[in-house]
Amino acid sequence: MSSMSEISTGKVPKRTPLKSSIWKQSMHRLFKDKLAVTGLIVVIIMFIACFIGPIFSPYSANKIHMNIMNHPPNMRHWLGTDGLGRDVLTRVLQAGRISLTVGLASMILSVFIGTLLGAIAGYFRGIIDQIIMRAADLLLTIPSLPLLFIFGALLSEWKVPTDYRMYIVMVMLSLIGWPSLARMVRGQMLSLREREFMQAATVLGLSSRRKLFHHLLPNIVPLLIVIATLNIGGSILTESVLSFFGLGVMPPTATWGNMIDAANNMLDFQNRPWLWIPPGFSIFVTVIAINIFGDGLRDVLDPKKKR
Amino acid sequence: MSIAEDLLEVNHLKKYFPIKSGLLNRTTGYVKAVDDISIQIRVGETFGLVGESGSGKSTVGRSIVRLIEKTEGEVKFKGINVYDLGPEELRKLRPQMQLIFQDPYSSLNPRVRVGDAIGEALLDHGLATRGEIRDHVEEVLRSCGLSSYHIDRFPHEFSGGQRQRIGIARALILNPDLIIADEPVSALDVSIQAQIINLFRNLQETRGLAYLFISHDLSVVEHLCNRIGVMYLGSMVETSSRDELFQNPLHPYTKALLSAVPIPIPKLKRERIVLKGDIPSPANPPLGCKFHTRCPFAIGRCKEEVPEFRDAGGNHFVACHLA
Repeated sequence: MSSMSEISTGKVPKRTPLKSSIWKQSMHRLFKDKLAVTGLIVVIIMFIACFIGPIFSPYSANKIHMNIMNHPPNMRHWLGTDGLGRDVLTRVLQAGRISLTVGLASMILSVFIGTLLGAIAGYFRGIIDQIIMRAADLLLTIPSLPLLFIFGALLSEWKVPTDYRMYIVMVMLSLIGWPSLARMVRGQMLSLREREFMQAATVLGLSSRRKLFHHLLPNIVPLLIVIATLNIGGSILTESVLSFFGLGVMPPTATWGNMIDAANNMLDFQNRPWLWIPPGFSIFVTVIAINIFGDGLRDVLDPKKKR
Repeated sequence: MSIAEDLLEVNHLKKYFPIKSGLLNRTTGYVKAVDDISIQIRVGETFGLVGESGSGKSTVGRSIVRLIEKTEGEVKFKGINVYDLGPEELRKLRPQMQLIFQDPYSSLNPRVRVGDAIGEALLDHGLATRGEIRDHVEEVLRSCGLSSYHIDRFPHEFSGGQRQRIGIARALILNPDLIIADEPVSALDVSIQAQIINLFRNLQETRGLAYLFISHDLSVVEHLCNRIGVMYLGSMVETSSRDELFQNPLHPYTKALLSAVPIPIPKLKRERIVLKGDIPSPANPPLGCKFHTRCPFAIGRCKEEVPEFRDAGGNHFVACHLA
């Protein structure tokens, strides 16, 4: 928040500790919430494991070894090997990179689009508001999963290169995600702009830019943080679902979703649980951890909730 | 009194809020919050606007600075008709005419540091450069009885009285000619009220400010104002200089208000005029004199004929058939 303060930065470079108290207090409360901290730690471990883990793995995620197909977990392959002789642990971690990246990136993009459009709609009202909100309504009336399926099928039909698919999936997820966020931001803007301190800003003759970026947006940052956090979990899930149906990120690039899909037959399901339990468990743990952390954040940042 | 001397001139200001009801959301009536109010304020003068809750005092103040758009009438500030200005021209005029809010808690943004809240308007109006602002803010904080180390704090770290000073400092830094103070002390406890009122006085002496001081507290108004207007149900019922109003009130409503002011002499007995009932609904004001439903002296004529707002001698205006 230090960038918010223009005046203080000039002469006094050092601040005494009590200054940034709103955020400090919130963080302090958050760290008292054992469950939320557990969630945060799990998420961090997941990130570190996925992004650093594969570097230390002696195996390649995509290299095929026909002589060690479908080995159960053993000392050399801790989580066994899959039908093409690839190390499952390496692949799960490699897949985590993709899934977490897709989740994070599509969250950032949808929060950006949603906040921008919602803030514009709520601040300027009138015809701009009408256009943006009707577009959002239209998107909200279309069931998102079938829409994503159709998109995915189209991508397959057009033979989009697999490298690009990951990025297209991110964009698709954020295009689906922004309307509900824009609505929430708009609602907040509408209620904030009627507050007395915004009337005071008008009387002071502040510019629209300052009113929007220095007075209104900082007040919705807590809401954004909470939504953004919970959004990551949702994105990871949706991406997994798409990949499971073979419409998201394509093999051989591993994601948690298409790893489960690879075990999508009775034989693998019953006899080779090491193929589908690790990616399934990863999805489960990550999403739960993110949601628990998001809940904790909401409790801390929502001023209406009494502690 | 010549027109040219007037800093602020409000002529026949009206503000009607539409009442919408029914399926089609049609306008079925109007709340006449402000009904034909005229005020003149000269440079360096303090005009007190008094009246009970719901009499439309705040609406007058807000209509003058165009936080609320008027229905009819005109507002002239330094000869400029405020309602003729476009948004950008109005924004440029705003520093000269400031409003201080009643509630020091809701009128400060909880996420903006005090120094920024006070100084940012200077930046937006190009009245100071980034480097100079801190000095300006420190100076105005000191003149409002706050310390320079308060600059980097957030509003929630302050008490109500300190917050009100921040609100005053925020208005003062723009060096306005007119401050509309909308019940600036009614949310504060009495000891702090006195501090703030003295602050207002000192500022007037040092800077030659003019105030439109909106209040329901007559003793505060007596302490500060040169001239006083009494409002009832959206209309002005009496206007005169302070001394004249307190010594020789003509309107029964003013008399009732004055008799309700507590005096610190317990043995002194005086006649207390107690008004019955509440202020009538401004959506459906009484015919004739608006005050006749509660007036202890009302006669038949009051129910039928609207009293003219006339000069009772010596710039003492009153709207009453009996005065």
